[in-house]
Amino acid sequence: MRTTCFLAFTGLIAGSAVAADLTVSVELATIDVAEYHRPYVAVWIEGEDQAVAANLAVWYQQNTGKGEGGKVEQGSKWLADLRQWWRRSGRSVTLPIDTVSGATRPAGVHRLEFSDAKPPLAGVAAGNYKVVVEVAREVGGHELLRMPLQWPPNKPVHAEARGEHELGLITLDLNP
Amino acid sequence: MKFSPKSALLVLLSIVPLSAFAHKAWLLPSATVLTPDQWITVDAAISNDLFYFNHAPLKLDNLLITAPDGTAVTTENPGSGKFRSTFDLHLALNGTYRLAIVNAGLFANYEMNGEKKRWRGTAEALAKEIPTDAKNLEVNQTQSRVETFVTAGAPNLTALKGSGAGLELMPVTHPNDLFSGEVAKFRFTLDGKPAAGLKVTIVPGGSRYRNKQDEIELSADKDGEIAVNWPRPGTYWLEATVSDANTSVRQAKQRRANYAATFEVLPQ
Repeated sequence: MRTTCFLAFTGLIAGSAVAADLTVSVELATIDVAEYHRPYVAVWIEGEDQAVAANLAVWYQQNTGKGEGGKVEQGSKWLADLRQWWRRSGRSVTLPIDTVSGATRPAGVHRLEFSDAKPPLAGVAAGNYKVVVEVAREVGGHELLRMPLQWPPNKPVHAEARGEHELGLITLDLNP
Repeated sequence: MKFSPKSALLVLLSIVPLSAFAHKAWLLPSATVLTPDQWITVDAAISNDLFYFNHAPLKLDNLLITAPDGTAVTTENPGSGKFRSTFDLHLALNGTYRLAIVNAGLFANYEMNGEKKRWRGTAEALAKEIPTDAKNLEVNQTQSRVETFVTAGAPNLTALKGSGAGLELMPVTHPNDLFSGEVAKFRFTLDGKPAAGLKVTIVPGGSRYRNKQDEIELSADKDGEIAVNWPRPGTYWLEATVSDANTSVRQAKQRRANYAATFEVLPQ
């Protein structure tokens, strides 16, 4: 028992020595319309060949909805509207993706924190990447933003980008 | 309604997309890129304007739908109206479906008792139906495919295998992976061999709302390949025709092979 604790402790030290953190803050624009549906959102890291290196978040309607005339419809039906994410990842993965799939979120700022000690960042090789945020809203718009990411960081980095209609301020914070 | 041979001929001509100055035959699916286990509905029509059903329905008799595992699947709710045919399709399997209307047959012109006659049918029927004393008999062979593609989940290529007969499209770029600003490549084969030098015409949809056809004219290279730079997102109609003497029916002097397909190009 004592040995196990000790090993776990050294494991933690070793991990933090090379640990790097990524915080992505995604602002979903507040949109004043009569019919507002929370948007579908995908956040991922893409390599230089645009292949997905890690899915960070996919927010969509989780339960089965009952639409007009009692028609039953899976919330996942509309995931293809996140057309770049669908093309690069969604169409080839089994849903839901553990720790990545989640319910839709309201307008406002959402902070996503990741550490290289855990999935989905664990195992991402050193290199030049982009963080991609894609949004599609029912009876609304579609928007996609890309921000450069060098991984792992050798110093703290802060970067910002601003969307035009569906997205507000997107920030990246990297800590070695 | 009284049946008249003349109206029958008109109907026949209007459903055959192969005359020299043919209207455009097309299949238009309600979506081309979908999540698994969805339904689509498809319009099938012949018209000058893309993609407006304002002329004649496309007959569904020779509709062949190939599922992602290569098996043939049937449609639901097929029907034909004044201007279009429609059908529904359940995408029960993950992968790419090919929807194709494949026609093959013979056209004949001849004279009987000084009267000009036209005939259309199969090679087997030719000998039986055209009188032996017909004068100036001229037989032409036609092969045509009108296609579109839809994918549920991840695309695959099983349904896109060629038959080796007539003009066919072989994907280099997957036909359900088309985005504006990216070049797509397709290879054409004629009787299974590269259709080198094939002239291909591509017309964007939405033609009612512009003053020009805006055709993209391309020539296939020696491998039968074309590279398409889609100018904008939207629907596109592609067509190519070959006329040659490579008939597979003894009586036919000329063969016309036609290929048409509808593509959807998504925005970035």
